[in-house]
Amino acid sequence: MLSIVETAADAVAGITDGATILVGGFGAAGQPVQLIEALLDAGARDLTIVSNNAGNGETGLAALIRDGRVRKMVCSFPRQSDSWHFDRKYRAGEIELELLPQGNLAERIRAAGAGIGAFYSPTGFGTPLADGKETREIDGKGYILEYPLRGDVALIAAHRADQLGNLVYRKTARNFGPIMATAATTTIAQVDEVVPVGALDPEQVVTPCLYVDRVVAVARTASRVAS
Amino acid sequence: MSITGIDRDTLGKQVASDIPQGAFVNLGIGLPTSVSNFLTPDSGVMLHTENGMLGMGPEARGEDVDPDLVNAGKVPVTELPGSSYFHQADSFAMMRGGHLDICVLGAYQVSADGDLANWYTGRADDIPAVGGAMDLATGAKQTFVMMNLLSRDGTAKLVRECAYPLTGLACVTRVYTDLAVFLIEPQRVVVRDLFGIDFDRLAGLLDVPLNDGTNR
Repeated sequence: MLSIVETAADAVAGITDGATILVGGFGAAGQPVQLIEALLDAGARDLTIVSNNAGNGETGLAALIRDGRVRKMVCSFPRQSDSWHFDRKYRAGEIELELLPQGNLAERIRAAGAGIGAFYSPTGFGTPLADGKETREIDGKGYILEYPLRGDVALIAAHRADQLGNLVYRKTARNFGPIMATAATTTIAQVDEVVPVGALDPEQVVTPCLYVDRVVAVARTASRVAS
Repeated sequence: MSITGIDRDTLGKQVASDIPQGAFVNLGIGLPTSVSNFLTPDSGVMLHTENGMLGMGPEARGEDVDPDLVNAGKVPVTELPGSSYFHQADSFAMMRGGHLDICVLGAYQVSADGDLANWYTGRADDIPAVGGAMDLATGAKQTFVMMNLLSRDGTAKLVRECAYPLTGLACVTRVYTDLAVFLIEPQRVVVRDLFGIDFDRLAGLLDVPLNDGTNR
């Protein structure tokens, strides 16, 4: 049953220490910055964060890492020009890193949401990122076994929700949102706008409402959002 | 004595001119991104970006900058007529499923067998970051590498066996460098083009047996 809540603080209420959290976004695009900052204010710590990158600049995920709330990052591309908080924590041995090829990261999340027990991926075969993973040759090609990656919570950003929780996204801000929405016990979406039921074209809905538990409309800062 | 080959733009043009009409192409971060500057609209080439878009347009400027529309390097870009958006698992299914014709990647090293190393130096202070490189290298129908042939200390980056951690096994099909274009074929490396250097001198720079294919 969907809850449409008034504030980002209400949206992240109840997230516990030690939780595994899927966090949407590719760099800043589609990153649920207001939800992450509400989580920071709420004080949860010892978190495992699954997200493509390891924070940008000083906001959102970067702030969560900066303040020592993240025990472990599961991601594909932590090192960026503006990932200084992660870089410092990593070099100081204060944060654990599980590095995955981006497609295996995405497919592991998708598999969790789709009820798949495990899958063989060719990506990473013969590389150090296959170390310790089961391998198999299928039709002459090498594969590695990858398991689903599930979250206690998913924090995602979408463009619009209707009052049932159906979601539409905007441009490349879609990225990990639709798969993360399917792969967590509780899926929480921040959106630019909540619209009445019937206002979204069913042909355009990307995330059907059954995946979504909480929605909050937030004003995005320093962004330009045209329809 | 230093050898001057072709500059980066000329190399970008060279790669662009080898991309067939209507191909679906992914250009990696860095040097490969410059190839898009030399693809003309009438080529019908459609650019894929790993963060969920096909039909990516040029870099956005001024009013066109939209934080929701970026490329794999997080640089604001534009959309072209006929573009489409999709989520990350679909984007990587396009790669892994062999639906992209060509990807162009940078490299630390490429081996004579087409092994690629481009994601991690393995140095103690280096933070590993792989992104989509492994999926692209093993998934695209053809993987082109663009790089300077020699590293800053003068050692060749086309090698018998990669010393850096691998990105993918036997995945590179062509190597575009400032001094030559190499075709990685089963059991042999063929030099297709030479830029400001003759075959014997090039062969002397490398610890890899070369076949001269410049006349074919």
